[in-house]
Amino acid sequence: MTQIVTRQGFARETWPEAGVIVTFESLWNGQDLPIERPIGVRLAPDSNAADLEPWFDTMAMVIVPFGKSADGRGFSLARQLRQLGYAGIIRAEGHVLVDQFRAALRVGIDQVAISDEQAARNPEDQWLAVPHFDGYQSRLFAAE
Amino acid sequence: MYSYTNFDAAFVRDRVKEFRSQVERRLDGSLTEDEFKPLRLMNGLYLQLHAYMLRVAVPYGTLNSRQMRQLAHIADTWDKGYGHFTTRQNIQFNWPKLKDVPDILDALADVGMHAIQTSGNCIRNVTADHFAGAAADEIEDPRPTAELIRQWSTDHPEFAYLPRKFKVGVTGSPNDRAVTKAHDIGLRMVRGEAGEPGYEVIVGGGLGRTPMIGKVVRDFLPKRDLLAYLEAILQVYNLSGRRDNKYKARIKILVHETGIDELRARIEETFRRNRRLLPDVDPAIVARIEAAFAAPAWADRPVPDAPRLDAGLASFIDTNVVAHKRPDHAIVSVSLKPTGGTPGDATSAQMRVLADLAERYSHDELRISHEQNVILPHVHRADLPAVYAALREAGLATANIGLVGDIIACPGMDYCALATARSIPIAQQISEMFADLDAQRDIGPLKIKISGCINACGHHHVGHIGILGLDRAGVENYQLTLGGDGTETATIGTRTGHGFAYDEIVPAVGRLIGAYLDARETPEETFLETYRRLGMDPFKAALYGQEEQADAA
Repeated sequence: MTQIVTRQGFARETWPEAGVIVTFESLWNGQDLPIERPIGVRLAPDSNAADLEPWFDTMAMVIVPFGKSADGRGFSLARQLRQLGYAGIIRAEGHVLVDQFRAALRVGIDQVAISDEQAARNPEDQWLAVPHFDGYQSRLFAAE
Repeated sequence: MYSYTNFDAAFVRDRVKEFRSQVERRLDGSLTEDEFKPLRLMNGLYLQLHAYMLRVAVPYGTLNSRQMRQLAHIADTWDKGYGHFTTRQNIQFNWPKLKDVPDILDALADVGMHAIQTSGNCIRNVTADHFAGAAADEIEDPRPTAELIRQWSTDHPEFAYLPRKFKVGVTGSPNDRAVTKAHDIGLRMVRGEAGEPGYEVIVGGGLGRTPMIGKVVRDFLPKRDLLAYLEAILQVYNLSGRRDNKYKARIKILVHETGIDELRARIEETFRRNRRLLPDVDPAIVARIEAAFAAPAWADRPVPDAPRLDAGLASFIDTNVVAHKRPDHAIVSVSLKPTGGTPGDATSAQMRVLADLAERYSHDELRISHEQNVILPHVHRADLPAVYAALREAGLATANIGLVGDIIACPGMDYCALATARSIPIAQQISEMFADLDAQRDIGPLKIKISGCINACGHHHVGHIGILGLDRAGVENYQLTLGGDGTETATIGTRTGHGFAYDEIVPAVGRLIGAYLDARETPEETFLETYRRLGMDPFKAALYGQEEQADAA
């Protein structure tokens, strides 16, 4: 089981039970989309965000994998999705450190899904204690 | 000079506060060393052989007198009365106690300084030409560019967990004093077709285990596109740089394995796509930064013509003083390489002298060079005798800039946990062998660079003579490279052959220099020119000749 974390703290799963999550591979290989809605897609760590562009309007959620905590590809993947204009939910899934939470939200991630084991080690108060002050980048790129 | 905005000040203060609480948790045991390690590294705190080491950022090597005095104060209050200036224009304190580090960081914040981004797989403290704003050959002062990069790269949410560390260097002159071709990204200011300033963008340079000279990824980048282009390079690197092997994770390996043409195509595509979406940098911020680096109000005083100089001052001017963009001013380099000393070390008393001199004679500006010296960038020529006298009294007037005694050396096995050999004693012995400064002047320009391990912090690959200390079955062994060059004609040095033991390496360097003196065509031909003309052979003969004869016998 996983625990969803948002800026407001621990949250219940909001993805409807009727929804489906497909893999990026199945999209790329041209498999028919399921009839169920909403649809989300789970990317691989080495996915290319631009490849997903044709499905941006169909995908209510994109799941970006976070492997080891030192692997920062997820930050670029999420930011690229936003730069390309994806407007749905971006969920980071896997090993996101409390210390990475502020950066995750700043690149456009909406929610983080951590393991129950990590949730026990990093209880809600640690996530709520993260300060979400503005960074240099939001000043430099005034309109961002 | 740039001074902190309220935003800068609050940001740095918040980081200190955060680290203070982390240190408290470490000291009361609620954080393990494993958990604490990445947090302390984000604040420049390393664990070395004997103690913690705090690496303080000196962005683009620029300091004012107040900041230099504060470094002296820190050295006296929380360290052993000295500091060590590094090849990345930073300063390291070698003996801080963990419990004191938050106070040191607060003291730094008091003068607009910090230790952020001096470690870890992030965009590191940006370096620049140490003659910036003063050099006669400059297209434009590179520091507004460097300051913009400092702000952009600080706490960047996307690029804090890169495959490996990432270094950016900037020069505003065609003569590259910032070794831009040995950086992950090097920026060289050039002029476009209409004469407007922009950048040549170089990518994938680096020393370390796999030395590589950077390649040009863009001939001309307009200034306004700088951050968008850097974002594109970093995004491509973050997504496709290798993460399976830390020794292959730098961008130079990506450039090498992908090929510069393919990588350029990816970077340019990312740049085109993102530029549409990334707003321009706020022009008010750019204007404020540029104004902060406006030239000082120059003193219009006469230069005494043909003054009679004593011999010491004359040779000091000859070696340590170079032309300023204003003919009535000069750039004074202060050597931190006294004979037999540790390259780059300065005592707190010397820091205070340098601060006083900067305040009185150099428009309150100091620079740290990547060659581990300190620069007074704006000295009126009429003040040179007074500056020299004060330096001499402080033991800072060694007239050896660019000469054989002006050696770059990493801390080596005396301090560093990674080192495989000693560096500092080799540098000390070489400088003692050539203690006679007249002999040094006769030898002429010669850059000796020493690294105590394969990570090459002493830049040995780009030394005219490079020395690399290794560990061969528990015994120190030193390899030599010749012909390296860190300037606009950047070249990686070539290995001479087998290495030398600790007690053999200094005499071997002596033989190399002897061979050069024998072989040069005129006294003006430098070591590097002689090497380029004749190649390795005469130097190999000087190094290994006797052995060959012994083998033949």
